[in-house]
Amino acid sequence: MLNIWLLYNKVITKMAPHKQNAEAMISDVHKKIKAAFKAFDHEANDTVDVREIGTIIFSLGCFPCQAELHDFIAEVEEDHTGYIHLEKFLPAMTKVLLEKKFPPIPEDKVLQAFEVLDKENKGYLEPEELTKLMMQEGEVFTQVEMDEMLTAVTDPKNNVIYYKDLIDQLTIDYD
Amino acid sequence: MGCGTSAVAMETQVKGAEETEGEPVRNPSRALTMKAAVLIQRWYRRYMAHLEMRRRYTWNIFQSIEYAGEQDQLQLSSFFSFMLDNFTQLNGNGPDLISQLLDPVLDPWLGRESCFSSIDVPDSYTGPRLSFPLSVSDTNALLNAFKEQQTLHAKYLLQLLYETKKLLRQMPNIVHCPRPTPKTSPYANGLPSAETPYVFNGDFVDRGKKSIEVVVLLFAYFLLYPDYMHLNRGNHEDHIMNLRYGFTKEVMQKYKTHGREILQLFQDVFSLLPLATVIDGKILIVHGGISDQTDLDFLSSVERHKVKSALRLPRQSFEPLDLGQSYRQTKRLRSTDGSRPNSSRNQKTPNQSRRRRGPLSRQDSAASCSSSSSSSSSSSTLCSPRSPSSLSPRPCPVSPSMHFTVNSLQVPFLDSLSSLSPPTPPQHEREWKQVITIFSASNYYEEGSNRGAYIKMGKDLVPRFYQYQVGRGTRKLTLTQRVRVAESSALKALKEKLFTHRSELMAAFKEFDHNNTGCVSVSDWAQVLESVLRLDLPWRTLRPHLVRLTAEGAVEYESCFEDMGSGTQLAQVTPNLAETLFRYRTDIEIIFNIIDKDHSGLISIEEFRQTWRLFSAHLGVDINDQAIDDLARSIDFNKDGSIDFTEFLEAFRVVHKLDKDQHLNEKSSNADKI
Repeated sequence: MLNIWLLYNKVITKMAPHKQNAEAMISDVHKKIKAAFKAFDHEANDTVDVREIGTIIFSLGCFPCQAELHDFIAEVEEDHTGYIHLEKFLPAMTKVLLEKKFPPIPEDKVLQAFEVLDKENKGYLEPEELTKLMMQEGEVFTQVEMDEMLTAVTDPKNNVIYYKDLIDQLTIDYD
Repeated sequence: MGCGTSAVAMETQVKGAEETEGEPVRNPSRALTMKAAVLIQRWYRRYMAHLEMRRRYTWNIFQSIEYAGEQDQLQLSSFFSFMLDNFTQLNGNGPDLISQLLDPVLDPWLGRESCFSSIDVPDSYTGPRLSFPLSVSDTNALLNAFKEQQTLHAKYLLQLLYETKKLLRQMPNIVHCPRPTPKTSPYANGLPSAETPYVFNGDFVDRGKKSIEVVVLLFAYFLLYPDYMHLNRGNHEDHIMNLRYGFTKEVMQKYKTHGREILQLFQDVFSLLPLATVIDGKILIVHGGISDQTDLDFLSSVERHKVKSALRLPRQSFEPLDLGQSYRQTKRLRSTDGSRPNSSRNQKTPNQSRRRRGPLSRQDSAASCSSSSSSSSSSSTLCSPRSPSSLSPRPCPVSPSMHFTVNSLQVPFLDSLSSLSPPTPPQHEREWKQVITIFSASNYYEEGSNRGAYIKMGKDLVPRFYQYQVGRGTRKLTLTQRVRVAESSALKALKEKLFTHRSELMAAFKEFDHNNTGCVSVSDWAQVLESVLRLDLPWRTLRPHLVRLTAEGAVEYESCFEDMGSGTQLAQVTPNLAETLFRYRTDIEIIFNIIDKDHSGLISIEEFRQTWRLFSAHLGVDINDQAIDDLARSIDFNKDGSIDFTEFLEAFRVVHKLDKDQHLNEKSSNADKI
């Protein structure tokens, strides 16, 4: 408990001078988490399917890797029922947000990653190249994810992926 | 754990090394490739999750507004009952407004064949010429003609409606049909037959600009295959709904000479449509869903042809239902605009259901229901069951208390009672096993907003769900583009809600803004919106799209009204009056349309004043005659002592100043489903 308080104080002093005390800020974080959670709470009973947790966490601005995600789920899942209850999710997620546990990946790093993959320095990737990489390396994509990505990122005229433009296009404005 | 950081470190390391060597082609190590891949995957998944979230709250917005709109519908029907209760006659001069509104004179001439036989079809007409009784060549001719964007001539349309009316008169309120026979043909859907009977569960019209073509096809196939085409009445097979949601307009635009007669006949045909279909005594298919008070025996005995509109039930025949009382009840539930109880709003439950359907045609028929598929895959449909149960025995058009969870509604499937020997019509004692709600209008809110679905059942009567989406355009769009389009449309609708509640919102904001700085905190802002608009939405998430923040993170609450204005320039209109007009514009439009019997777009000044007086009395809004007269004059749309109410209403349409497509005013308002 002491840890949490120290943490709150640390976070407060870093915040811009706005007339809100620590409690109000925590309350805001809670509301944010609840809103994201609610969007997937189909039966309106404060539970979500465990398969949607990744989406919820990502949409709150966090970038866990798959291993981190699995660990998080293990913490909060309701005994292998396949469901996660808000009761457990809320405190765990609050901690994640306040500690900034899974920080976002800056754009220039993403660009570098693409450049690594673009061995010949062409400035673009072929769909087959990208598919091979995404579906065989790292935290592999499913076929559905791959198809969706290709539709979104492939330039229709030349049938290649101009990754630099892509990164600009897919930038998200955080709150 | 740092799954990401090590990748970054390694990349820069390798890059640095390579660059000093000056080689143009790099050969990254396997490990590096993997790390790069992981980075990209994670980044992309984050983007997709964000997109998915936007899609969901877009849907939330549409749903919430529509739900609030359904409350408005309640209001309109309570307006009618208010008039019934309180006015018998206005003044001696001029036409009796109330009787005009409430008891439209039924032209007996339309009951005879001469209504269409006397119409001549010119040689220049190249559309289909139907011959009755219809044959397959007629239905094919219709299909082809509609694909070529042709319009069926009024003569044939009237005749089609006349024949449909004749046939429907012979049908009971609840139609019983057997289960489909085993398939011998390998083809999936096809023409209606004993192997592939069809059930269309209502809402054939008021959806898109081709309502007439859709309903003509349905009726034509019905005439051709009466045993295998089953049409249930939906709440949009109702002339008052049509006035609001666009079918009336469509008819009058496509049939300038005979529009009135056509509408009258449609009204008759709609009121003769059966209320429900039962398959093999086991499956009930009905548009409005069921409640714990659904009584099929009662439903069978109702004189359905007398119910021209569910928004105004005929008094005499429905005594036991106490029309006034139920309306007053629903009025109490709804204290302010768009309010609703917090409980059981279970419209997102995957398996929550209300009604079941049979196999449906995959053609552009909008007459179906929503799929209740789960939403884990990114390309699934998010649907909401729309269940205005206006045809349920108790006339509560949209009672919020009728939304059940699956748990509270005990609904066993009838096949557990297969011990019953010959299949008998369901009795009131029977329990239902499962209720399914299905939503079949794809692109319901916006191009690409959602898919539609239908159910197919073979002789085993096990339902299988099929999803589809209409529109070549949408398939070419990426998910991102589709989400953006839907989102911008939803946000526009939401902003209009804010605009039309401006005074209330500003008053509430000022209570939090003691020092008159023009700013409030984000929490306070969200709280105000929640309490004034009563829409259950993620306000914090939506905030960036609605208002500006100061450098310190406070909300400039007035900034959300900045880019909206009215359709035409309003001179001296008090804010109160203007806002009322903005808010109730659609309802006022319906009433004007009813008064305007010849659909000319004009009503007399006296009628205009009387309508206004009634409406404002009902709303409890204090607007005096002088203000209305001044308004009418200032807008200056007088045409020979009549008021062009389309022009009048145009002044109270919310316009988004930054919007380039201002001509597409239909799209900006959610209420106009054209």
